Amino acid sequence: MPRYAIRLQELTKDFPVGFWRPRPVRALDGVSLEVEPGEVLGFLGPNGAGKTTTLKLLMQLIYPTSGRAEILGRPAGDVEARRRLGYLPEQPYFYDNLTAEELLVYFGRLFGLSAHDARSRAATLLDRVGLGAARRWQLRKYSKGMLQRVGIAQALVNDPEVLFLDEPMSGLDPVGRRDTRELIRALKHEGRTVFFSSHILSDAEALCSRVAILVKGRLVATGRLADLAFEILGWELIVTGTDDGILTVLGLDAVTTVADGRFVINLPVDRPPDQLLPELGRHGLRVVSLTPRHESLEEFFMRLVEHPQETAS
Amino acid sequence: MAVIPQIALQVFRESVRDKVLYNLVLFAVMLIAASYLIGQLTAGQDVKIIKDLGLGATQVFGLFIAVFIGIGLVSKEVERRSIYSLLAKPVRRYELVLGKYAGLVLTLAVNIAVMAVALYAVLGYMAWVETEEFRQSWEAPATDPAMLLAIFLIFAQLMLVTAIALFFSTFLGPILSAMLTFGLIVVGHFNADLRNFENVVDSRAAAYLAKVLYYVLPNLAPFDVKAEVVHAQPVSLGYVALTTGYAVTYIGALLLAAMFIFARRDFK
Ligand SMILES: Nc1ncnc2c1ncn2[C@@H]1O[C@H](COP(=O)(O)OP(=O)(O)OP(=O)(O)O)[C@@H](O)[C@H]1O
Ligand SMILES: [Mg+2]
Repeated sequence: MPRYAIRLQELTKDFPVGFWRPRPVRALDGVSLEVEPGEVLGFLGPNGAGKTTTLKLLMQLIYPTSGRAEILGRPAGDVEARRRLGYLPEQPYFYDNLTAEELLVYFGRLFGLSAHDARSRAATLLDRVGLGAARRWQLRKYSKGMLQRVGIAQALVNDPEVLFLDEPMSGLDPVGRRDTRELIRALKHEGRTVFFSSHILSDAEALCSRVAILVKGRLVATGRLADLAFEILGWELIVTGTDDGILTVLGLDAVTTVADGRFVINLPVDRPPDQLLPELGRHGLRVVSLTPRHESLEEFFMRLVEHPQETAS
Repeated sequence: MAVIPQIALQVFRESVRDKVLYNLVLFAVMLIAASYLIGQLTAGQDVKIIKDLGLGATQVFGLFIAVFIGIGLVSKEVERRSIYSLLAKPVRRYELVLGKYAGLVLTLAVNIAVMAVALYAVLGYMAWVETEEFRQSWEAPATDPAMLLAIFLIFAQLMLVTAIALFFSTFLGPILSAMLTFGLIVVGHFNADLRNFENVVDSRAAAYLAKVLYYVLPNLAPFDVKAEVVHAQPVSLGYVALTTGYAVTYIGALLLAAMFIFARRDFK
């Protein structure tokens, strides 16, 4: 058993940009990172940070300018390593005139499954991602979110030890997001290593043992989210069953009214919801949702650049 | 290597569901059937005309199928990004190239077989309805087995054209690949003229260039034995073997080059 499930060493990638006189533009700059077996790592970064580039290098869809990527102790692209990994590409797209079932059977057979095993595997997985009813439809009839689910199912076809998911939540409806979170938790519980990219902090909060934050091709921080000191800017509280009067009594002002008696309250940092919630109950208000408002990854990064000592790394 | 048949079968499955392919094959079969009517209009010549038109249609439609499917399968896979999930499977890049090629050849074989059956059916019907004396006037019997040689060489030519299409589509987009492949098909049919180019021009450099091009560019004219077969002239098995050998060598070189380029490519 190798020490690391995934290992990046000084991984660097330049893309030539420009038609007549292409010049290299650095998309990934000396990224080193280790992921232990059984870990769920959130690979976070704003748009254009280099997340997809890193995953493509790990799948050897592109070759590094310099540096190395290893999976399960083998170099990226090694066929034996690929037998034991699953990959969900960003905005996955497959073959229009195949059905979801045929696609999974095809991929299963590429892993050496018998036709019979591949079929039963396909049925199990399509049920697991909630596409059981649509499995005989041609993929051209699938919506974006449904394709994303097919993408997740095909990544699991070989019962992989290591999973690479490029923005697994994108394009999914709330139910799909919840299902995917549960799926990733289950994968973690089964002892698999999961490497997933996202630009949404709350996805990582709900799932990861550790995050790595990438900005403009450089790894700016790795560690547990709790240690990374993301500044909380306040909370967004949605309540129902009241009129503005009571809210004024409670001294809450930043209120937006939405339809059918619901109110969105922006709580500032100095009014933590812990104290407020019991009071709301006494006034007959019901809490619909409560979400913390973090600084964004970009803001985190800007702070990191301006005051490097404040944040753990 | 175990994945190559799986990829080939997948290519076949995908292309038999392609509407373009259906229409092309259907149109070719209709054209072959229609040649019967044309044959009726030109009394005495009829079997020859049917054979000539039938083999011609098989070749032309075969070329269209070879180019469009040959180019579509690889460059579409790259362009629509379905290659991302495919290459994350335990598939080596050269296995992908070989699997795609095998699948294309299988698709072509089935299509050619359909057209050949249609052609023989029309000719068989012809022989069945005509009188004995009229049949005697034909140079070769209507369902002449020698036509199979011509069809086989058409197939060999299509395999070569498919390899050209596949080669271009491993590093170029579909439109450029299609243009270059069609260009080479045209050049390939007139290639033999380059050989005698030195008798026409004075410049030694030009003559040398013509010679190089003659050997490098595909030579497709030898695959066309339609005229011989239609006029009941013998086509020796040695000639067929030599031409097939040429095709195999050329295809081998193209596939090696395609695998080499494909293996080094970034899928951005
Ligand atoms: N084929 C390419 N040619 C040139 N530049 C590229 C190419 N692919 C990516 N880049 C550049 O590399 C950088 C990283 O892109 P990448 O797709 O990895 O970002 P990302 O973190 O996945 O972003 P997102 O959250 O939007 O998916 C970007 O600046 C992008 O412009
Ligand atoms: Mg991305």
